[in-house]
Amino acid sequence: MNTRRATESRPGDGGATTTSDPVGSPVAGPPTGSAATIESQGAVWRRTSWQVWAQRYGALVALVALFIYNAIDTPFFLTPQSLLFVLLRQAAPIAIVAVGMAIVIGTAGIDLSVGSVMAIAGQVGATLVLHDQPFLLAIVAALLVSALCGVFNGTLVARFGVQPIIATLILFIAGRGIAQLITGGELQALSDPDFQWIGLARPFGLPAQVLLAFVVAVVAWLVIRLTVYGRHVVTVGGNETAARLAGVPVARVKLLAYVTSAVLAGLVGLITVSANFASDANNTGVGMELDAIAAVAVAGTPLTGGKVSVWGAVVGAVLLKLLQNTLISHGITKEVAQIIEGAVIVAALWLQRHEG
Amino acid sequence: MTTTVAASDGTSRGRRVQAGLLLQRQGALIALVVLVVLGALRYGEKFATGYNLSSFTGDTAKYGLVALGMTFVIMTGGIDLSVGSVAALGGVVAIKVSAHGLLAGLLAGIAAGAAVGAVNGFLITRLRLQPFIVTLASLLAIRGLALDLAGTRAAVAAPGGFQKLGSWSLLGLPVAAWATLLAFLVGAAVLRYTPWGRRVLAVGGNVDAARLMGLPVARTTFSVYVVSGALAGCAGVFLGSQNGSVDTAAGQGWELSAIAAVVVGGTLLTGGVGSVLSSLVGVLLLQLIFNLIVFENGKGAISISSYWESVIRGAFLLVVVLLQVRLVRRRRSVGRPA
Repeated sequence: MNTRRATESRPGDGGATTTSDPVGSPVAGPPTGSAATIESQGAVWRRTSWQVWAQRYGALVALVALFIYNAIDTPFFLTPQSLLFVLLRQAAPIAIVAVGMAIVIGTAGIDLSVGSVMAIAGQVGATLVLHDQPFLLAIVAALLVSALCGVFNGTLVARFGVQPIIATLILFIAGRGIAQLITGGELQALSDPDFQWIGLARPFGLPAQVLLAFVVAVVAWLVIRLTVYGRHVVTVGGNETAARLAGVPVARVKLLAYVTSAVLAGLVGLITVSANFASDANNTGVGMELDAIAAVAVAGTPLTGGKVSVWGAVVGAVLLKLLQNTLISHGITKEVAQIIEGAVIVAALWLQRHEG
Repeated sequence: MTTTVAASDGTSRGRRVQAGLLLQRQGALIALVVLVVLGALRYGEKFATGYNLSSFTGDTAKYGLVALGMTFVIMTGGIDLSVGSVAALGGVVAIKVSAHGLLAGLLAGIAAGAAVGAVNGFLITRLRLQPFIVTLASLLAIRGLALDLAGTRAAVAAPGGFQKLGSWSLLGLPVAAWATLLAFLVGAAVLRYTPWGRRVLAVGGNVDAARLMGLPVARTTFSVYVVSGALAGCAGVFLGSQNGSVDTAAGQGWELSAIAAVVVGGTLLTGGVGSVLSSLVGVLLLQLIFNLIVFENGKGAISISSYWESVIRGAFLLVVVLLQVRLVRRRRSVGRPA
């Protein structure tokens, strides 16, 4: 349905933007509607094959290489304890937020407020539990408040046309204050095994947050690949004008992207609070927006939108975490590791740069 | 969409657009004046003079310098997220070098900032990477570098010349405040009267048009990041000299408050439009909110938690952004050919 409309609208828009913009080509692409076209369209074909390859699998190759290096060089690296409970457990929160971020970035947006939303969700959940509310209510309420934050961001971006970086900057600044006001900036100690399940439990011997990250990634991947919404996200990010002309509900698509990102951030806020046995509005999620954006970017997703790679975001999150851990375990200080991390991000961007 | 409006003609359309822009600028200025008058009436002598004035301006000076650099960067349609880390680096370098004299410390801090700006500019213009992600990477890397140089502790300046830089004052205002004011005046003049200033706006307005006109786009963009880095480094020097030290969290979040100040001042993030002095107004306004809360608490009638500060700042940003959206929409509908 969507593709038919899209094809019809092509002559109508004067051919100005749709056909000349390679990233916007899901609209102009083959009308098969198959999921494979989402990632393999447009300018990609015009580039030499190794560039395509580096762009799509560069981060994964780097991850595998780093993994093999560690397997050989680092003692006890290949134990479940080290892999599941150190590496993946640390990477899972970033990966979950990065999946939401990838969707927002896919619509040519950005969400700077994720760290503050984490703090708010953590505070709401912990406060309710500490006031003897059932843990399920606490979790649902925290996620609802997060969704509300997403609605705020999305409304500013989609209805009022505020630039995403500014729109989400508002909640980035105000959100932490709101989280701190809930308890007057005091730390709340927690001990509620039911509530803390998402941060501490080990179903099937796996950390719950790793499982959650996996489930989130699979669901997001399926949604992006198989649903109309997924195609809408890519279309809106690729060429908004063309998407609007093709009848895509641009505002709704964007709004939903920001709500998704905020809810996932809220979920991670709950995980963090649970794993730390305390809700700390001052520190929960500080710098998370940067970690998540870096994870998305290092996997070669352009910040200009039009492309969503859910697994790329996950690979990016694990890669950056593994890089950090590798450097630190080799006696390199955290500060120098940070310098190298910055350099790696730039190098990754350069290798995967998107030029026609 | 955005054009170098200020440079354009005197047609009725241009004039109406200019009127809209003027309102945009003066909105922040009016709010600032109202708040200052309100503060002066409510809190009297203590608010408008002496210690509060000098500490307020000295404090604001650092954010002002960072916001000034950010204004130029944003005018070209770019963004510089690394300024907070660069300020930390500038402060640490200045403190290390200040053993060889005050001037050496000052220059070294600024030079360190400019060097980071040059790296940013190189990556953005030569390798054609996105400013947002390049400066995000340098935000991480430069903080690491600053912490490493300082040995992961706060860098502490030896008592003496360097710390005096922070305590010197002239006509009741600290040196940092005068320096910032001077920087803004020079910045405004440069933007308005020099070819470089016009190029900055032209590049931000429409890169392709600027390139077709034969303007050195890459060089202009590059220089803007160098300026931003140098000013951030200078802000770090003032931070170090005022506190006598640069701690590990110095400059964190400065990039976002600078962006907020620039936006509150009325510069559009899409580039091509903007005013230097309005960014100063934006900085003063956002800082003044905090100052007023402190005074309100001092009166004792009500007690506002300092956590409200960020909420109020956010709300303020929201109002400004919504007002701007209305203005831009009106401008667009005016700008459309009939």
